[in-house]
Amino acid sequence: MEYMILIYGDERAFGNVTEAQLKAMYQEYGTYTQDLIKSGVMRAGSELKPVATATTVRMRGGKVLSTDGPFAETKEQLGGYYLIDVPNLDEAVKWAAKCPGAKTGSIEVRPLNPHS
Amino acid sequence: MLGRIVDELARREGPRILAGLIGRFGGNFDLAEDALQDAYERALAAWPSTGIPERPGAWLTTVAQRSALDRLRRLNRNAHDSDAILEQLAAEEPEPVDDGGLPDERLRLLFTCCHPAIAAPAQMALALRTLCGLSTREIARAFLEPEATTAQRLVRAKKKIAEAGIPYIVPSREELPDRLSAVLTAIYLVFNEGYSASEGESLVRPDLSGEAIRLARLLVSLLPDEPEALGILALMLLHDARRDARVEADGALVPLEEQDRSRWDGVKIAEGLGALDRAIAMRRRGPYQLQAAIAALHSKAATPASTDWPQIAALYGALHVMLPTAIVELNAAAAAAMVSGPEEGLAWIARVEAGGELAEYHLLPAARADLLRRAGRSREAETHYRRAIELARNPAERLYLERRLREVNGSPRNSAVDPAPHR
Repeated sequence: MEYMILIYGDERAFGNVTEAQLKAMYQEYGTYTQDLIKSGVMRAGSELKPVATATTVRMRGGKVLSTDGPFAETKEQLGGYYLIDVPNLDEAVKWAAKCPGAKTGSIEVRPLNPHS
Repeated sequence: MLGRIVDELARREGPRILAGLIGRFGGNFDLAEDALQDAYERALAAWPSTGIPERPGAWLTTVAQRSALDRLRRLNRNAHDSDAILEQLAAEEPEPVDDGGLPDERLRLLFTCCHPAIAAPAQMALALRTLCGLSTREIARAFLEPEATTAQRLVRAKKKIAEAGIPYIVPSREELPDRLSAVLTAIYLVFNEGYSASEGESLVRPDLSGEAIRLARLLVSLLPDEPEALGILALMLLHDARRDARVEADGALVPLEEQDRSRWDGVKIAEGLGALDRAIAMRRRGPYQLQAAIAALHSKAATPASTDWPQIAALYGALHVMLPTAIVELNAAAAAAMVSGPEEGLAWIARVEAGGELAEYHLLPAARADLLRRAGRSREAETHYRRAIELARNPAERLYLERRLREVNGSPRNSAVDPAPHR
């Protein structure tokens, strides 16, 4: 089954991070990504740019309405994702728990709907 | 007549057959439930002419499996899936993987129902539904919630299992300790449903108590170093030992102090005490061990008068620290009354009542009425026995409360004479 590992965290906290801490974090993510690839479960994944770069798009009455910012203001923001293929939810949860973001933020695990 | 036989079979064999079906059909709870229901209907239609088969459980299993396949075929225009399952069924019983060497469908079912990805109330509802075969209405009554709420919980939980890919397995050894607490809660719920059925004709449903004990034994063999697994086994054995002495010929509940102790099951008590000793030796206390220790003190008392109430009150105090619920506090109050007198207990019960959690719980007015009766305050006792009778759902408990009500009615008002024996 395919699962999305959605990584949520508080973006403001990044403002106070030192260069060294940032480097360490990217190193951790690098190792995690390598582990996913080596285990053969990795399908896709990436970090996302901050919510300040987001544009929310709606189609209303045949018109495109674009607004600046994310679709909803939340305390923790979606900052990245992985798409993995594992046998069941327990395996997906194990990988989510290993994700570096789990220590500071929240990871949402969502199965893909295979018919769509 | 046949209807009653099928009902009885459904009660005794249903959960086992259901667990097997869920296992064979990839954790599809709805399909398994529907197929089993088909099998009961098929039995009612076929058995009047064919007679009841020699092994009705096996008959029901076979018919339910066939029905599940038919349902799958109708569902899937594309027959690949059902063909694959058909092949699997034709083969030998598949060797279950990753179950710690103990292939038991019902244990697997229990761990799946108690999966942490399912909300706690839904875990328990699902366990009662599938492992005990309780109806949605019965579960709703046990949880004091509207039937529609329970129904929705069940639908959501089954959907989550199917769609989020919750595996149908007993977790690996290293994961087991984290998963234990919910499973213990569910086992104890099953036991209590059997020990004090929330509705129905009889107070006890020995089939459910027996099933809970069987599951606890399996759990102990999976986790021999887990004191709480031993603790719950001990607790259930010690309670179950009193089963025959707990109900009178007319079906009324017999309170502990009036039970004929010679009718307690010595073999179960010995096994319970042994399990508790092993648990205590591990030196990691927990709520089930504490409750088992309380039950053990009752079991060891030859007469009600020789009960070690100070020790029991102390154990309830420790239990209340670990498990600060209103029900534990109510028990602690009743034990305190046995040490320091009814007035002390009554004051404590008033504080529990002020908390408001037990407003609809029949044992609160029942405990208060018992203490008032012992204090010789018959008129007040009467009021609270009436309130308890109103709230009690189990006929055996109601019969007992009605007997007490007659006693306080018949006794002289405000006399200090205690009508209960052994006090």
